[in-house]
Amino acid sequence: MAFDAAVEMTEEIAARHGLSAEEYGRIVGHLGRAPNITELGIFSVMWSEHCSYKSSRVHLKRFPTTGPRVIQGPGENAGAVDIGGGLAAVFKMESHNHPSFIEPYQGAATGVGGILRDVFTMGARPIASLDSLRFGPLTDPRHRTLLEGVVAGISGYGNCIGVPTVGGELFCHPSYAGNILVNVFTLGIAKADRLFRGTASGVGNPVIYVGSRTGRDGIHGATMASAEFDDESDQKRPTVQVGDPFTEKLLLEACLELMSMDMIVGIQDMGAAGLTSSSCEMAGRAGTGIELWLEKVPRREPGMTPYELMLSESQERMLIVAKAGRETEVMEIFEKWDLPVAVVGRVTESGTLRVMDGGRLAAEIPVRALTDEAPVYNRPIARPSEQEERNRLDSSDLPEPAAEPADYGRVLKTLLAVPGIAHKGWVVRQYDHMVRTNTVVRPGSDAAVIRIKGTRKGLALSVDCNSRYCWLDPRMGGALAVAEAARNISCAGGTPLAVTDCLNFGSPERPETMWQFSEAVDGISEACAALGTPVVSGNVSFYNETNGAGIYPTPMIAMVGLLEDIDKRAQQGFRKEGDAIILLGETLGRLGGSEYLAAIHGLERGAPPALDLDLEKRVQAACREAIRAGLVSSAHDASDGGLAVALAESCLSGPDPIGARVDLPNPDGARADEVLFGEAASRIILSVPEGKIAEVEAVARRHEVPIARIGKVGGEKLEISAAGQGLVSEAVAGLDDAWRNALARQLGVSE
Amino acid sequence: MKFAVLVFPGSNCDHDCYHALKHVVGVETSFVWHKEESLAGFDGVVIPGGFSYGDYLRCGAIARFSPIMKAVETFAREGGSVIGICNGFQILVEAGLLPGALIRNRGLKFICADVSLRVETTGTPYTAEFRKGEVLTMPIAHAEGNYVADPETLEKLKRNDQVVFRYCDAQGNATDAANPNGAMDNIAGIVSERRNVLGMMPHPDRCAEEILGGGDGLRLFRSMVGSLSESRV
Repeated sequence: MAFDAAVEMTEEIAARHGLSAEEYGRIVGHLGRAPNITELGIFSVMWSEHCSYKSSRVHLKRFPTTGPRVIQGPGENAGAVDIGGGLAAVFKMESHNHPSFIEPYQGAATGVGGILRDVFTMGARPIASLDSLRFGPLTDPRHRTLLEGVVAGISGYGNCIGVPTVGGELFCHPSYAGNILVNVFTLGIAKADRLFRGTASGVGNPVIYVGSRTGRDGIHGATMASAEFDDESDQKRPTVQVGDPFTEKLLLEACLELMSMDMIVGIQDMGAAGLTSSSCEMAGRAGTGIELWLEKVPRREPGMTPYELMLSESQERMLIVAKAGRETEVMEIFEKWDLPVAVVGRVTESGTLRVMDGGRLAAEIPVRALTDEAPVYNRPIARPSEQEERNRLDSSDLPEPAAEPADYGRVLKTLLAVPGIAHKGWVVRQYDHMVRTNTVVRPGSDAAVIRIKGTRKGLALSVDCNSRYCWLDPRMGGALAVAEAARNISCAGGTPLAVTDCLNFGSPERPETMWQFSEAVDGISEACAALGTPVVSGNVSFYNETNGAGIYPTPMIAMVGLLEDIDKRAQQGFRKEGDAIILLGETLGRLGGSEYLAAIHGLERGAPPALDLDLEKRVQAACREAIRAGLVSSAHDASDGGLAVALAESCLSGPDPIGARVDLPNPDGARADEVLFGEAASRIILSVPEGKIAEVEAVARRHEVPIARIGKVGGEKLEISAAGQGLVSEAVAGLDDAWRNALARQLGVSE
Repeated sequence: MKFAVLVFPGSNCDHDCYHALKHVVGVETSFVWHKEESLAGFDGVVIPGGFSYGDYLRCGAIARFSPIMKAVETFAREGGSVIGICNGFQILVEAGLLPGALIRNRGLKFICADVSLRVETTGTPYTAEFRKGEVLTMPIAHAEGNYVADPETLEKLKRNDQVVFRYCDAQGNATDAANPNGAMDNIAGIVSERRNVLGMMPHPDRCAEEILGGGDGLRLFRSMVGSLSESRV
């Protein structure tokens, strides 16, 4: 993309920048003339889907974003909620899907780097990350390679910078075969009254560049993330950035040191669209202008054009607006940390972004044209015609009860080995999940729990999305993702506080995709409103599509919950021989959209489970109350794979594997596979010491929650019957092997 | 009594060691920036884990040239207590304060997990609270923890009772299956000939509180503090 500044502008060049003819016309209108190439480049990234949210904005407005604990809602680098004691939890999730598909190690690594910067930009010290990954089937060697590369990239960056990766999720499905998903979440802690924002106020204040020198890497990354892939996508490798976690660690420490003093007005990460987006967005929020002097920008190589400098996505860079007169002090801090730093411009009252290069005017654009007045599209919406057919599931679609697999134990083992359910040890062993010594519940339970040093408090973190549910019914799927994330938090003993999301979809130019998107937003909004968990930050990733085939809609939901007393917490694994096993919520699940139908019968159809948000709330409240009263030994959400899988997981994920004997109620004589593997919302499996059962029952009654005593922990087998009819009898050791070693086996590696 | 926790660019367990010493053990502790040149006034030095200088070039290879390392050498030569954990062990080896080298794990991947360790000697200031042969649980978190040394060095380490910890199974057998990274002779930690400089790959800083799942790290730090108090009397 070496354009000459004198190049004659055409619609064809605009089109190569991903701008439509209509958008090009609007640019000419804003400027009152044709843009030069630098200006065109700036417009193209700022108006890209990735930066402008032009297709999603009208829908995102429907999210509930306020609440008594919300300190910072969407629109900043990250969201923030009040966790009491003068502290704020600052968090966000972002996608790095497209780069990771092209270059998995660097794509994933820089995804971690980007989200960390979003959080420490706010003045928060990052203390935990989660990641949510989607790949094609692992039978495809390419996806085994991608998984290895992505995990190595997350591990390489996160471990080096010293922020623990404490959990996440991993699913494989053919719909991701051409577009993997890499979504990374980070949470930091800040003083609630010391949050920093990306604002360029105070005319005359210096604009300071700090961090890595600018190179030619990553030019047009934001535009790439806003286009579909095709067979030529491998050619896009030069647009993937390269991460340097060591520099980021220095940047993190230096920025936090700087923020402890009173010298800065605003600060923003140079992420997608680098210098361009950070300067425009900061000026846009403050209603000011910015003048940049490109000749001052630290750079890696000579001869870089204004176009390249403005569009580079070199990593580990920040833009700071400091108080006038404090430049020297600011620069001293960064020099202590051996980081390049330079004053590269100043805040003006002009309302324009004015880019100078050695005294020559390289670009001049009204800031509002790039931010508030960027295009907003209310794109056409159409419900896919095959939606009805997808949701139809009658008995004729199911195997005859007589033809049901006779060996349910074997079915159970198959389900335990599905990547989404299998033990993630192979992955989490590569992540430093303990550094900072706050990880109280390690990866492998419904939610990770981290403590907040110097307080009694803890935070529970979970990320969830069942994209099969979303494909079958995006509205219900979106709501179920929120409900499950909150349930996971409640199973740890935490009160769900707020949500950040990462909405991964196909092309917004397809009305069916926009329908899925709009429906998912509605479902998420309904559930967030009902559960009192506002959306405080998030990210949209469209164009997850290759050669016309889109991914399953995947609105990832990350939830943060608060434990006022970290000693009152629970984990999913059974811990004590002789404990009673108790089920909160409805007993019978349904086969529609279930993992069982997909994995065993190759069917993806039916309606996802129904969700009664009122019941969901009560089940979770009862669970939390029981945990806080010290009545339970373990708590586990029963989701993918139904009760049989949830029971097996509880048997296998305690300190030592242990058996259980369970009899599931089946008053209406439902099919055995439905009883075992049917899925439903609002179900939690507790293990409870004998002497506390009555109290747990009283808690459930008070919350008007169905409760059933279904079995007992102990022995070396998991035995499950339904209404007295024996269905599963499997040695725990065999289940453990099927579950614990499944990923390594599928990857063809040994532990 | 006062401890120094060294901070190199890229150290990331500095806060963890500081927390364990200051808030759990309860001894006075200060961070010392790598550009400092003196350790005057300190009774013990901790070189924490992390990725000093990003582990670029070779783990610990750049950090050993930081100004503070001259002071560490003097401090150790005078018999002062120095403990290097994980990246700290790698720095001590690079600085020549401990023999051998730490190379890539044999499985080539980073490993973060609890491991079992057998206490091989109680004749160090760091292991007084343990019993010889006792099995401890501590986390490891490294990609380059595979200890290697030439045969003479290895022989000397054994002869002088300098091997402090070995990776073992839950029953205390130092088997190959229980060796997470391929370290020679299952070596997880060694002490200098004078027994005042300890290097270990496992993280006592990560198991100094029950809420984190164990207290064996606390016992190690307490041993160190205890022996220093005795030697001062």
